[in-house]
Amino acid sequence: MNNKRYVARSTAIAARVLGDETMVMSATNSTLFTLDEVATVIWESADGATPLEEIVANKICTQYDITPEVALKDAEGLVEQLAEHGLMLLSDKPIAQSAAATGGTK
Amino acid sequence: MSVLVAEMAAKALQMNIPLSVQLDLTYRCNERCIHCYLDHHDHGEMTTAEIKDLLDQMADAGVFYLTISGGEILMRRDFFEILEYARLRTFCIKLKTNGILIRKKEADRIKALGVESVQISIYSHVPEVHDAITKLPGSLAQSIEAIRRLRAHGIHVIMANVLMVQNVHDYAGVRALAAELGAQFIMDPTITPMMDGDRSILNLNVDEAALREVFRNESLVGGNIEEFCAPPLSPGEDEMDQLPCSAGHTACYVSPYGDVYPCVQFPLPSGNVRRMKFVDIWRDSPQLNEVRSIKLRDMPTCSKCTHGGTCTRCPGLAYLEGNMRGPSYQDCEKSYARTGIPSENLKARKASSQPYHSLRLVQIQGLQPAAQALPFSVTESSVVNA
Repeated sequence: MNNKRYVARSTAIAARVLGDETMVMSATNSTLFTLDEVATVIWESADGATPLEEIVANKICTQYDITPEVALKDAEGLVEQLAEHGLMLLSDKPIAQSAAATGGTK
Repeated sequence: MSVLVAEMAAKALQMNIPLSVQLDLTYRCNERCIHCYLDHHDHGEMTTAEIKDLLDQMADAGVFYLTISGGEILMRRDFFEILEYARLRTFCIKLKTNGILIRKKEADRIKALGVESVQISIYSHVPEVHDAITKLPGSLAQSIEAIRRLRAHGIHVIMANVLMVQNVHDYAGVRALAAELGAQFIMDPTITPMMDGDRSILNLNVDEAALREVFRNESLVGGNIEEFCAPPLSPGEDEMDQLPCSAGHTACYVSPYGDVYPCVQFPLPSGNVRRMKFVDIWRDSPQLNEVRSIKLRDMPTCSKCTHGGTCTRCPGLAYLEGNMRGPSYQDCEKSYARTGIPSENLKARKASSQPYHSLRLVQIQGLQPAAQALPFSVTESSVVNA
């Protein structure tokens, strides 16, 4: 089973890093969300080319005192929530920037 | 304002981040509104490349809310190139336009670029009244058509109604029109001086009786009228250090020529992005720092005024009246219309005003031959053309 999951920020959003948090607003319904410090790391690393597991291993587990299993479970919960609101795209294949711009395939 | 938005604004204030910027792309316009505070000539607008560079700088400085306005924004042939670039830099984009140039193709593009809202000014539901204000025949019909096109795409449209003498009776009709079109209705009851300081358009402001009527209209106020219009309590110690508004604190304005001001309504030149980096102006401009230092406790009259804690005092209007730390009589008058209680500034102005001479009694009898004395007496209230 291929567990690789690719994540990309949607372009139909407004976003800005504010200190150690990130403000993200859905352009479709103007709902505002904030991401905490750890979620911001995942958000900024969601380039569509790096698998989520790799982001968690290289950017989270090296910086925070947490096991890879727990961190990955948390990260998957986060990206699924973001995807539900149209803020992030998820795929089992790498996501091109043009796909993120048009909504892509989830 | 939601709790989350308030929290982000508080954080931006603490971190000295310009969370919100209005960028005017042009002062050129296809309407000639009688109350407009701008001139409509092109004095050397920023180029497309300059604006893109500014958008990069603003994104890096932390700007989140970007209001793109004018003039009429679609008078710029590069408008969609700029909008597309702003989208790439992930701003929360709000547009202000009259909608005249928004046809199907433009509405499709605006939808695709995910703007947060489009604000269109509608002065009256009566074509003759609206068109007389914009001085463009057929403009109401065209603006309404643009609203329909945008709403058909599900775009959030804000219908802004600026209240003035010419349309004082029409806000209910505009509000009904907004409801019919599925647009949000907002009203602004204040005409402000022109950016060059010319105050001649202030005579378009509605009188106190009309303002009072607006402030007592429950459907406009949207809350408890008794509470809204109640005599205010004198400001407490906490309110003495409150900021008057976001201008210069978490917000600023950039003109089509790159001039930075604390706010579109506060024409205090604070730097130019053609000569300095946006973030350097934001952080180090002596003018912006001066604006940031304004506190209620430093204003000798306002700090003693019962309206001090609830007044909508605009430091930009005060600046246009001569002193950013002084009174904004337009706001004093609004507080008075709302509560019936004159502000300390209004009381001081009344106390210091000179006797009104235009109605004075003038001795004219001596100028007449005794045999032709006027057959009536002149009273103090008679207007005398001596």
